[in-house]
Amino acid sequence: MQLSVKDGAAGLSARTLADLRDNEEAMLDHIELPSDFALRLMELGFLPGHAVAAAHTAPGGDPRVFRVDGGEIALRRETARHIFLRKH
Amino acid sequence: MSDCHDCGIAKTAPALGVVPPPKATVQRLVAIVGPPNSGKSTLFNRLTGLRQKVANFPGVTVEHHLGKAHLPGHHDVDLIDLPGVYSLQPRSEDERVTFDVLNGKKAGLRAPDAVVVVLDSTNLSRHLPLVASILSLRLPTFVVLNMADDLRQRGGSVDVESLANELGVPVALISANTGEGVSSVLRFLTGGIAIPKPVELPVLNDLPACRQWARRVSDESGYNRPAPPVWTRRLDGIFLHPVWGPLVFLLVVGAVFQTIFTGARPLMEAVQAGIGNSGQWLRGVMPDNVLRSLLIDGIWSGVGAVIVFLPQILLLFLFIAVLEDSGYLARAALIADRTMARAGLQGKSFIPLLSAYACAVPAIMATRTIESKRDRIATILVAPFMTCSARLPVYTLIIAAFVPDKPFIGPFVYTRAAAMMGLYVLGFAAAVFTARVLKSSILKSERTPFVLEMPAYRMPTWNSIGLRLLDRTKAFLKRAGTVILGVSVILWVLCSVPMVDGHAPPIEQSLAGTLGRTIEPLIKPLGFNWKIGIGLITSLAAREVIVGTLGTIYGMEPDRDAAGLQAALHRDLTFGGALALLVFFAFSMQCMSTLAVVRRETGGWKWPAIQFTYMGVMAYICSFVVNRIWG
Repeated sequence: MQLSVKDGAAGLSARTLADLRDNEEAMLDHIELPSDFALRLMELGFLPGHAVAAAHTAPGGDPRVFRVDGGEIALRRETARHIFLRKH
Repeated sequence: MSDCHDCGIAKTAPALGVVPPPKATVQRLVAIVGPPNSGKSTLFNRLTGLRQKVANFPGVTVEHHLGKAHLPGHHDVDLIDLPGVYSLQPRSEDERVTFDVLNGKKAGLRAPDAVVVVLDSTNLSRHLPLVASILSLRLPTFVVLNMADDLRQRGGSVDVESLANELGVPVALISANTGEGVSSVLRFLTGGIAIPKPVELPVLNDLPACRQWARRVSDESGYNRPAPPVWTRRLDGIFLHPVWGPLVFLLVVGAVFQTIFTGARPLMEAVQAGIGNSGQWLRGVMPDNVLRSLLIDGIWSGVGAVIVFLPQILLLFLFIAVLEDSGYLARAALIADRTMARAGLQGKSFIPLLSAYACAVPAIMATRTIESKRDRIATILVAPFMTCSARLPVYTLIIAAFVPDKPFIGPFVYTRAAAMMGLYVLGFAAAVFTARVLKSSILKSERTPFVLEMPAYRMPTWNSIGLRLLDRTKAFLKRAGTVILGVSVILWVLCSVPMVDGHAPPIEQSLAGTLGRTIEPLIKPLGFNWKIGIGLITSLAAREVIVGTLGTIYGMEPDRDAAGLQAALHRDLTFGGALALLVFFAFSMQCMSTLAVVRRETGGWKWPAIQFTYMGVMAYICSFVVNRIWG
């Protein structure tokens, strides 16, 4: 919430969930995944403008647990790469 | 609903059409809906107690639970527990089922008279949007905010009264786990139920709009988000630790197997003594005739040999239930995900495969949540490799007979428990290997994503665990009373004909013996003789039948000794043969129920035939190799 919100076009260098460091928090921007799956993620709280933080990682580094909207959701890296974050 | 201030229920203003309590002839049908992990089933179990049954409607895609809530002085209310959903947009199959049931479109089931929506009170913003979808149905609705104890403990709060005003339906804050406030749900079930007051609802298929609505509603009703679950995070720091995590995982599994072996023994010995003594007593009081032989040598030794394993199976289910209810299973799924991904299976396949440790039949039904058809068939095909509880009696019998009990890993895990663990790993490896082969050949498809919610850790309650154990006991005894009893009787007949001077022939000369000796050349290379052969034939019905069969065969033998099955088995199997038999049972598809459910789920005999053949060939080849090496 404390981060500023900008609606700038996401460039190629846009960060994704996969780039989050441990315990780092960021703001979600958009999801580039098939709509059925994107909707499911949105139902779980991955909504534009919502805060997300990286939490525990499974032994071996993948999948990873993300804290979003009061819940903890595990995603694989291959999915996290398609969930984009807002620039600071 | 006037005196409910103490139980956290809020009154609503007099509503539009109040539906009178139903007439005596028609029982009210109430659907329980809610997001996953909101505690629907816990509430359902609390309300129905022992008056529930698992119903499986033909042609639908998900299992429902039907039950009855019984209230003194009222008519019973039929309850239906629906699969967990976040919305009523029928996208996936689960959602479609919930949608159809609520709209009365489900064949064989009338439209529900009312809906109970169960939400997790610790996470209203994620769970409230579902209420909007439900309210749009215009059915009498009761909103239950579950996990009140968690909410309080973590410093959260909500004004139930204003939430009820915002939603236009009664709301109650309860804890299905502790039973707090459950009486208010009962009162709703039996009282006059009302159509919701019209309130402003968001456009249902606009998710951000639904979220905004949810936020506004929870703000208006003074919802105070609880603090993050500190204990869950602390525990995850250990359970998901790169080093401690897998170590704890192995330790937990090791402890489970060790306890299954040693902890169940006194009970099993007691059951065995009970069956043995009652058999002896019956033998003494009954006249020596065909009936006595059928009852004691056929049924008592056949069914009894299997019933002995009930305590062990219950112990296994106790562990599974505790792991599941505490929330640890989700972490185990997370740890195992990489392995699943390597096998080409998606995360959603993990839950069915885990439940296949209990039984492949519900596991195969659970694959209905997998959207990708190819992934679903792959999961169905590999599920029977997972070590189901029917294999437990077979494994225990053979291991106890052939593996000496010595400390193996430190002083905690003994060789027998380790051997059992090895067999579980073997089944899992076979499943992963087969999935890998299938997914890189005939069932190739794109990788499907993995999403898994990590629930907060919770203390399991005896109530819910007890109910499940009771359910298991019933299922087990039913199987003993039908399949195993039936096979025992048929086997006794096969062992008793052709009669010689009015007595059963020596078992080699009986019809069963002839059958066994006919297939003996085929199984000789695996290290099995004709007696084991009879067991292999009868266990085509169900795996544990072989234990009953051996019980009957040895029971019919004149020189039966008191040391029981294990000692008798020692005469018929070498060490290599015993290992081969274990491997055979790990791989082969000896379960009619599974084949039947695979046929139903895949819509034909093609896949069950492929599965049966593949597993049979694999079992034969591997047993052959094992017997060659150690025989």
